[in-house]
Amino acid sequence: MTDLLKADGATVASSEIHGEGVRRRDFINIAAVSFAGVGGIAVLVPLISQMSASADVLAESSTEVDISAIAPGQAIKTMFRKQPVFVRNLTPVEIAEADAVNPATLRDPATLEQRTKPNKTNWLITMGVCTHLGCVPLGAGPGEVKGEYGGYFCPCHGSVYDTAARIRKGPAPKNLEVPPYEFSSDTVVKIG
Amino acid sequence: MSFPWAKHYKPTHPLMVYLDEKLPLPRFVYNAVGGGFPVPRNLNYAWNFGVLAGFCLVLQIVTGVILAMHYAANQLVAFDSVEHIMRDVNWGWMLRYAHANGASAFFVVVYIHIFRGFFYASYKPPREMIWLLGVVIFLLMMATAFMGYVLPWGQMSFWGAKVITGLFSAIPLVGEPLQQWLLGGFAPDNAALNRFFSLHFLLPFVIAAVIILHIWALHIPGSSNPTGVEVKSESDTVPFHPYYTAKDGFGLGVFLVLYCTFLFFFPNALGHPDNYIAANPMSTPAHIVPEWYFWPFYAILRAFTADFLFFPAKLMGVLAMFSAILVWFFLPWLDTSPVRSGHYRPLFRKFYWLLVIDVLVLGYCGGSPAETKYVLISQIAATYYFLHFLVILPIVSSIEKPEPLPFSITQAVLGTDEAVAA
Repeated sequence: MTDLLKADGATVASSEIHGEGVRRRDFINIAAVSFAGVGGIAVLVPLISQMSASADVLAESSTEVDISAIAPGQAIKTMFRKQPVFVRNLTPVEIAEADAVNPATLRDPATLEQRTKPNKTNWLITMGVCTHLGCVPLGAGPGEVKGEYGGYFCPCHGSVYDTAARIRKGPAPKNLEVPPYEFSSDTVVKIG
Repeated sequence: MSFPWAKHYKPTHPLMVYLDEKLPLPRFVYNAVGGGFPVPRNLNYAWNFGVLAGFCLVLQIVTGVILAMHYAANQLVAFDSVEHIMRDVNWGWMLRYAHANGASAFFVVVYIHIFRGFFYASYKPPREMIWLLGVVIFLLMMATAFMGYVLPWGQMSFWGAKVITGLFSAIPLVGEPLQQWLLGGFAPDNAALNRFFSLHFLLPFVIAAVIILHIWALHIPGSSNPTGVEVKSESDTVPFHPYYTAKDGFGLGVFLVLYCTFLFFFPNALGHPDNYIAANPMSTPAHIVPEWYFWPFYAILRAFTADFLFFPAKLMGVLAMFSAILVWFFLPWLDTSPVRSGHYRPLFRKFYWLLVIDVLVLGYCGGSPAETKYVLISQIAATYYFLHFLVILPIVSSIEKPEPLPFSITQAVLGTDEAVAA
């Protein structure tokens, strides 16, 4: 092999090109591919992130609900983040039924007190979204089936919730979710 | 690759000679599905369904591209734009019914194609790559069909989207964020509808690409056949054209008669009336069911009602449903019998038909309400389904005494083969 002539007139020994050890070209190869690789991965960030909920969807929405017209034993459906919410005024019998259960025996242990606000245990406010696959359970509307535990019944796959909206039977893993909410006054609830 | 006796493409017309030099597309077609592709001479009508599936894909792409010209993927107008297609667009009713029933026809054809593969053990080496690609195509088809069903934005569309994306929320830790990422929100909404439309348009072309790989892989060993005996000599084969172009053409005619019967006389027989109600996030239909072609897998999903070890019931159902298809990937290695065709495997044959019945039972349960008796039947049938693939098939393969195979395809067809004497 002949030596190569550099631009400045000096020569490069052929061993430097074809010989042992790390060659200049290896370094350029690795550097170029790494640079392109990092760039390619960086491009994935916006490509994946664009799928997530957009700003307008995420924008905090809060719903004010007037609960003055809900008599004991009744419930209404309202909406929070485009999903249904159940607001239910429990009867003393329903409260007693919920309190009679030993929480330790439940799939998702919780007491009615933990799922409601202090001194407002008759107001059961939960998402109307079955924790199995997201159907709207029956039981909040007039005349709807409440299931064998008197709470809610999901018609999709037969999950049954009790009067504290706790999962009692069927495939759902969790109790109906309690959204963040507070009582603005005795008759108005602010969800979200 | 092909057999050494495959005929060679010889263009005669000067234009074809010119074309063959510049872009040998006619040569490619001739070798792929023409006179230059030798195929076993004994293929029965079960072998028609690959071509029929290809026809269905073309049908769906043609009708789908046209529907996309009239459809608007926005939650405010999507439902109305479908009604606009049905009532106002010239021939819109026919094109939409053709597309909706085309999806069902596609699945009928593909299920028969898959069960042909089960019976004749078409998945066995040297054709395992064809089989694996086929399972990939089936998974892509399921994704495409699901997203297409969401587009009319009726009640079943909306709640189907919610339930199916809800499957992903069963995954521990990342489930909920993953579901919100897939939907672009907390519930199916405009973001979800738009991306489903985009992907529903894209995936059929991905399917077409994988079909090309499927057929490419098929052309290396050549087609299997009802005896399961490999091709030995030229007398075992006939050229694809005109023999199988004619046979597939006849099959296509029969298929079209059945398809058009549904299209023109029972266009809504396979649909759900609930999907003619616009999507309402506040009210779930009393009885949510997917389209019929998902019923067996839906039954497996619902079969898990109790927690198992530290897996919640929901996760178990989801894992089982996906496993029901993923187990097909392992089929070439679960079936260890040296004999391929069910015709020569007396014990295997019995279990094959049991599997067919089992899947039909699962399908029936999947389409029924979530009542105790159907759930119980689903549990038994789902258990048997997995037993078949993971236990019965390997055991049957090893203990079964197969019936004697013919020497060759020619002998199976004609009773004699000159090559036997030689």
